[in-house]
Parts: sequence; C-alpha cells; structure tokens
Amino acid sequence: MVPDFEGAMTSPYPIAAIAGILIMVLSLAALLIWVERRLLALWQDRYGPNRVGPFGLLQVVADMIKIFAKEDWLPPFADKAVFIIAPAIIMVTVLLSFAVVPFSPGIIVVDLNIALLFFLGMSSLGVYSIVLAGWASDSKYSLLGGLRAAAQMISYEVFMSLSLMGVVLLAGSFRLSAIVEAQKRLWFIVPQFLGFVLFLIAGVAEARRSPFDLPEAEAELVAGFHSEYSGMKFGMFFVGEYLGVILISSMITVLFFGGWLGPWLPPIVWFLIKMFAFICFFILLRASLPRLRFDQLMSWGWKVMLPLALLNLIVTGAVVVAWR
Amino acid sequence: MEAAFYIAAIVAIVSTVLTITRSNAVHALLYLIVSLLAVAVVFYAMGAPLVAALEVIIYAGAIMVLFVFVVMMLNLGKRAAITEGQWMQGNIWLGPVLLSAVLVAEVLYLILRARLTESAGGVVDPKQVGLALYGPYLIGVELSSMLLLGALVGACHLGRPVLEKAEGRYDRNSDGARAHSGGNLIRAGARRAPNAP
Repeated sequence: MVPDFEGAMTSPYPIAAIAGILIMVLSLAALLIWVERRLLALWQDRYGPNRVGPFGLLQVVADMIKIFAKEDWLPPFADKAVFIIAPAIIMVTVLLSFAVVPFSPGIIVVDLNIALLFFLGMSSLGVYSIVLAGWASDSKYSLLGGLRAAAQMISYEVFMSLSLMGVVLLAGSFRLSAIVEAQKRLWFIVPQFLGFVLFLIAGVAEARRSPFDLPEAEAELVAGFHSEYSGMKFGMFFVGEYLGVILISSMITVLFFGGWLGPWLPPIVWFLIKMFAFICFFILLRASLPRLRFDQLMSWGWKVMLPLALLNLIVTGAVVVAWR
Repeated sequence: MEAAFYIAAIVAIVSTVLTITRSNAVHALLYLIVSLLAVAVVFYAMGAPLVAALEVIIYAGAIMVLFVFVVMMLNLGKRAAITEGQWMQGNIWLGPVLLSAVLVAEVLYLILRARLTESAGGVVDPKQVGLALYGPYLIGVELSSMLLLGALVGACHLGRPVLEKAEGRYDRNSDGARAHSGGNLIRAGARRAPNAP
C-alpha cells in the first residue's frame, strides 16, 4: 500500500527542482549577509562594505574564502561528537523545510498534504542545534545561550503553531499549495490579521533575530551558544540563521500574502518580491529595536501572545462554523 | 514503503537499545530522539501522516527538548557518567533481559504462526482523526484534558511567587550575604572560605 500524499503541484523533475531550490536558497543566504550589512549601514547613515567588487558585492566571496581558510578548532574540553553534529542539524532542518515551500506552480520539491505540520516539526527540531551546541561547548556562556534558546523557542513554538491554525481553518487544508489557492479572492492577511502579527513575532523569535536574539546576546554572553565555534562550523550557524530568515519570510508570503499570486508578472517573480520585502523588514527590525530582557520575553510570550492566539483560533472557528 | 517501514523499525530498536546502554545522559537522550523520529517514519509508512507529524512536533520537538533542558541544568559531568557505568554492570541485567526475552519469543511465535494481517488499510487524513477524537472518543479527550488541567494547577501552585515574601522576612539577615548591586561578585557571600578565589 503506497499512499499517494503528493499533490498535482509537485515538480515533474524532482532532481532539477531540488538542485535549483538548493542553489537559489543557499546563494540567496550568502547574498543576504551583504544585503544586511549594506542596509544596516544605510539606516545608520554610513556606507557599509563597498570596496570589494561593484557595490561591495564580492565581499561575500572574500568572507567565504577567509572563513574556509580559518583553522577549524575543536575545543579539547568539548563533547566532540555532539559539538560536530550541532551545526549540521540547523542546516538539515532548515533546508528540509524548503522542500515543502511552493515557490510557484511546478517549483516545489514535494507538495505534501501535511506540509504545514512538516514545517512546524522541522522548526521544532532546529532547536536541538542551538541547545546541543550550547551544551557540547562546555563553557558557561555557551550553556547560558543554549538554555535561553531552549526556553525561548519552546515558548514561542506553542503560539506559532496556534496562530497558523486560523489559516488552516479558512483554507481547510495543511497543504501549502491549497492554502495559496484559497487566497485567490482575498489574501489571508485581511481575515487573519491577528494571526499574521502573532506569526510574524513568533517567526522572528524562532529565527533568533533581534529583538529576540537573546541566545547570542553579544553584550552579555560573548557570542552565546556559538562562542566556542570557529571556521566553517561557525559559518554554518551564520548561514543557518539567514536561511531561517528566508524560510520565515517565504512562509509569511505563502500563508498570508497569497504566495505566487499576482497580476502581470510571472508567479515566481511575485513570490520573490514578497519574500524579499519581508527579509528587508527583518533587517529593519534589527536596525531599529533594542533587545528584550529575558523575563520580558517569557512573560510577553505566555501572558500576551498565547491568549491572543487562542482567542484568534476560537473566533475564527466560530466564524467559519457560522458561515457554513 | 514496506522497505521504509522495516528500515525505520530497525533504526528504532537499535537506537532504543543504545538509549538504555549509554552512560552519558545527553547521549542517551539523543538516541531517544532518533528513536522517536524513527517511530514517526513508521507511522508515516503505515499511512498515518498526521500522527507522524505530531510525533515529531510534540515528542521529538517539544518534550525531548525539555528533557535535554533539565539534563543540561543538572550539569552532569564525567563523574556522573562513571557512576552510571557502574550501575550498568553485573547481574542487574538478568531480570529485565529474561522478561524481555519471553516477550520477544512470544512476538516471534505470533509472527511465525499467523502472518501479520494487513494494516487497516487506507490513509488516515487529519480530518478523520479529528472526527474520531471529537466523536466517539470525546470522553477520552475530556478526561485527558482534566488530567492536564490538574497538572497545570499543580505547577502553578509549586511555582507561586513566595520568593518576595520570604526575602522580605529575612531581609536584614540576608543583606550581608548578598553582593552589592554592581559590586564585586567574587566578594559575595559572608560564609565563603577565606582562601576561596
């Protein structure tokens, strides 16, 4: 018995789709390092990296050569196996999540019928990367960063999934392509505005971006969970964070802003425009907001966000039932 | 799909055995996580995608993170691993191994006697699970929700903020033992040994 979980959207050339999406996403993540530095500089009234190549575009290449040439140091006091596997976990979980993101009809690796749950599952497994890195480093700062990450991501995961259930109720499916198709008349940002705000905040927290970057707060924890990491292992955490930003931006696009839908331009262009707008928004957040205190983060999550997410779910459910 | 089932099942068994035999608590937990993920693949191969996803999200993704969290807080070092290793030795294995062997023999007998019937068949989608849960099995859902409510009330009781009151009562006595705000943390604590760093 082979259950057919795949929808009609799944690409007919899976290998080509996998290779294309991987190359696009990874080069985008590398490019984002440059974009973020230039945008931050713009908003802070300075130039940013502008020397290597046109507009400083080759800065990324220079950084990459540097990071590959660095010594890959294994601390003698670390738990070796776990120390090595931790940065791989974040890359694997984030890249696996991209398998279910429908970039446009035909450009999707697998159109799973539980795609949304798959995304949530992968993002909850991504926590291990941070937690284990913090534990395996065997240093106080790393351990504190790992503990903070565990508490933060567990708390914010809860209402992240709850805030999405309104969308699922309206679309009647966990399949992401079906959710996009259901927004043909009206983007879900309108009926699910509260859900959108909650998911945006939870998404920033899940990607551990400022103002929720407590696990790696430089001012108090050196570099948090990756204090002991160097070379390409550190690079994997770094790229993993940018991949997380791209992932959350594309999920916001898919779930609330109609995915590839839009007039005149080809679908993939619409998707990329919307996604890029949210990536810029993430960078603007970092440029403008101060870091929260940890107790503020926790009480904000449990006392404000969770009740609001539950309220959103109940009201949406009542409206959907009344409508039918 | 059948091959996926058997491979995942073997991974689940091996990782569970490794979970029991590791003396380092975090390594054991990592194997337990692998075991749960393998069980999720087994569910998926059996045609229950929703249960598979929930297994990953709730068990592997949330509950085990809390386990790792607690073990990290305990800060078990090499000494704890050595102690664990000592517990593992000797004839403590004998009883559990004997009892499990009986169970294994039973399972083998059943498999060899009557070939396993095909699973109920068909893919169970999320909607069916929801209809079953809130239809014929409503009582079970309600009972488990009451159990969770009890646990929640208990946790709230244990975590109630008595700290401030207690601090107020012993304020005068504890002042000397506390570090001055922004002061030298190393000097904190009046009862510290004089030669402590």
